[in-house]
Amino acid sequence: MSVRRLAAEQPEGFAFSPENLAWAEAQLKKYPEGRQASAVIPILWRAQEQCGGWLPEPALRTVADMLGLAHIRIYEIATFYTMFNLAPVGRYYVQVCGTTPCWLRGADEIKAACRTLIGEPGHVTPDGLFSWTEVECLGACVNAPMVQINKDYYEDLTPDRLEWILANLKAGREVMPGPQNGRQASAPLSGPRTLQAPESN
Amino acid sequence: MPKLIIDNREIEVPAGITLIQACGLAGVEIPRFCYHERLSIAGNCRMCLVEVAGMPKPVASCAMGVSDLRPGRDGTPPTIITNSERVKKAREGVLEFLLVNHPLDCPICDQGGECDLQDQTMAYGFDAGRFQDNKRAVEDKYLGPLIDTFMNRCIHCTRCIRFMTEVAGVEELGAIGRGEDMEITTYLEHGMMSELSGNVVDLCPVGALTSKPYAFVARPWELTKTPSIDVMDALGSNIRVDARGREVLRILPRENDAINEEWISDKTRHVWDGLRLQRLDQPYVRRHGRLEPTSWGDALAIVAEGLRGLDGGKFAAIAGDLQAAEEMFALKCLAEQLGSPHIDCRQDGAKLDPALGRATYLFNATIKGIEQADAILIIGTNPRLEAAVLNARIRERWRQMQGRIPIGLIGEKADLTYAYDYLGAGPETLAKIAAGSHPFLERAAGAERPLVIIGQAALARPDGAGVLALAAKAAVALAAVKPGWNGFSVLHTAASRVAGLDLGLVPGEGGRDVDSILDGASNGEIEIVYLLGADEIEMERLGQAFVIYQGNHGDRGAHRADVILPGAAYTEKDALYVNTEGRPQMTARAVFPPGEAREDWKILRALSAKLGRPLPFDSTAELRAKMFEACPELALLDTIVPADAGAIERLAASGGKTGKDRFGTGIADFYLTNAIARSSPLMAALSALHAGAKAQATGTHG
Repeated sequence: MSVRRLAAEQPEGFAFSPENLAWAEAQLKKYPEGRQASAVIPILWRAQEQCGGWLPEPALRTVADMLGLAHIRIYEIATFYTMFNLAPVGRYYVQVCGTTPCWLRGADEIKAACRTLIGEPGHVTPDGLFSWTEVECLGACVNAPMVQINKDYYEDLTPDRLEWILANLKAGREVMPGPQNGRQASAPLSGPRTLQAPESN
Repeated sequence: MPKLIIDNREIEVPAGITLIQACGLAGVEIPRFCYHERLSIAGNCRMCLVEVAGMPKPVASCAMGVSDLRPGRDGTPPTIITNSERVKKAREGVLEFLLVNHPLDCPICDQGGECDLQDQTMAYGFDAGRFQDNKRAVEDKYLGPLIDTFMNRCIHCTRCIRFMTEVAGVEELGAIGRGEDMEITTYLEHGMMSELSGNVVDLCPVGALTSKPYAFVARPWELTKTPSIDVMDALGSNIRVDARGREVLRILPRENDAINEEWISDKTRHVWDGLRLQRLDQPYVRRHGRLEPTSWGDALAIVAEGLRGLDGGKFAAIAGDLQAAEEMFALKCLAEQLGSPHIDCRQDGAKLDPALGRATYLFNATIKGIEQADAILIIGTNPRLEAAVLNARIRERWRQMQGRIPIGLIGEKADLTYAYDYLGAGPETLAKIAAGSHPFLERAAGAERPLVIIGQAALARPDGAGVLALAAKAAVALAAVKPGWNGFSVLHTAASRVAGLDLGLVPGEGGRDVDSILDGASNGEIEIVYLLGADEIEMERLGQAFVIYQGNHGDRGAHRADVILPGAAYTEKDALYVNTEGRPQMTARAVFPPGEAREDWKILRALSAKLGRPLPFDSTAELRAKMFEACPELALLDTIVPADAGAIERLAASGGKTGKDRFGTGIADFYLTNAIARSSPLMAALSALHAGAKAQATGTHG
């Protein structure tokens, strides 16, 4: 992890879309009077979604004012949690798991592939489609190595398969998330071995 | 009260305190970085580890309450060991980790010599570093013109953040990032907008936040440290004046729980650069419209010549805001000798009158008493600017009560760092409270100790006397005056005022007050005006009068003067000041007055000798003896003589007429309230910064 700063270029302002605003106000109602600040994470997250995956500085201020928090408090939160992006990301934001199980199963090759296909971490491709970063364990160790692209997990990857996925996404085709090697969820790769007739064991 | 055994000594401690405090009571000092008695507990430096019998690991003593400990199986009280090998090793380990990223730049660090980390490294440090990798590098932050940052040195104790958030009430500092990358900063690095921001420099246990104006000026061991009293506001905050040679190099707070705890305002702390600029260091006489330097003998002779044979009714004297009791007493003696009843110490025209009784112009509840107040009515004052440290005390009370204390404000709206009900703008609202028909009375109904704070903005106006009486009536209506509690509290803005009123520097029989003196001067009825450090009056109204200015700075009074007699500033004399509570305190001379400037009472004494009728004292001791005879309340240093509360009830019953004008502002510009502050470039910079921020705030927020 490294020092996180707000992006140098920031948009003029930020306002929630009417739907998001209604949603955020509903969230605020969940908390007793005076405790509205509790809604900070979900509302920031919604702001990030609305801004295409990152939090511009005006959005921080908007959310702070909405919750009656000092600006510095929101700044603390946004910089503390690494899932809040402080700089623009690609439309397809690839998060590569680099923690030990994935690393043992070849996360380094996945990262190398990302470097060739997309560029350095944090860099957005000129067409605005892709950017990637390394993250800590995403909890899919059984299907290592894996990446998360936007909200979906793509598991049991090889560099070639990742290239194929990115190519399909670039072409606008849908790609089936989940294991990419034909495996059913996280079932054993060699087929089912339990609850079978004793002789077949 | 729980019993503990600390290092084999059994001790009984109050319930609810923490182990670190209990150890303090037992006389065992625990090393600490993040823990501070007046701030919330963070428990993140881990330096205060101690061993508790029965616990598997050392515990952070700052975060463990004594009531959370269990006695041993055989019934022995909880046993704490602070001096074992294990504790020492644990602390050494913690310190080594703290030093992993801390640069070893003590020789070029401003904190060197007064650094907690340096001191504790002497006790717990390893003799050599075992850390081979690069140290963390952190960008320095901009925190305004007062605070210099060297963020590489930060050990993340978060004391500064907790101070700004909790005590100062300005949520501007925060910690961004996490873990090793955590950094202390303000939002987008704008300067801190607080009157108390300088205190974070004292709180910082390392050299990460240091004083910018004092940067690389001196080492602590070169300085002469003189305990003294501040005069920038009427609180009489306890300060320590650090000087080298003839120059005051910095001002730090001293601890005094009854007044300033251990905080001082930025003005108090940084006004020292004004103490060496624009100084009057020799007498001047106006000849042909120009002020020309002259000798003491000459200057005094000219004054004496003017005064000789003058009808006393044509002489008037005004005492300023920074004057000590001694010189005001001498001035009063001189005026009496000349037969003049025209004397006044209330430059701002506040309608306070010692004849009404001492209780009518004191902060009777006392500053410490704020901690007991359970309802507060603020009338015509912005305590945040007029007494920043006192405001922090109100905020502390508000926090203690978790915001459930009714606070009402009548006067100008302002951000006071705590929530309040805005009741109204002027005397009409106050009259409603006094008459018992205002809803605020219902809110404050159950209050045992209501506090009514009256500011100078409510009193320094033509109907001030009426407002004072009305405020007294309101205090009675709120039941703020009762046996054992007197909540009627006048908040002064001038350090000299209470002593002036105590000594009776108000017009005598047939005498004129400041406004009337100025009228008299402009129409020629007053021929000679003696300004004792009085700079905050309308100089153009002095007309053709012959003006003698005695003071320490070439400010407004000196510009108008016909004769200037250079006096000593508050750091240059042993002098008595009485704070807004009526507490007499002594300043001490830290440096000598510059050039030919002299202590102020001596100037008045010398002048009286020139007039042929020397004042009846030849030394400070004699003067004080006479003064204490006239006003025994001043004799007991650091002691408040409670004033007779009956005066307030009488005042309340007296009634009085009030106008309809809203209460104005007591202090227009916090950083430029007196001649010393106006001479300080730093105060000017701060004033501009705040004015700029205000303009910007109104610009962008409509």
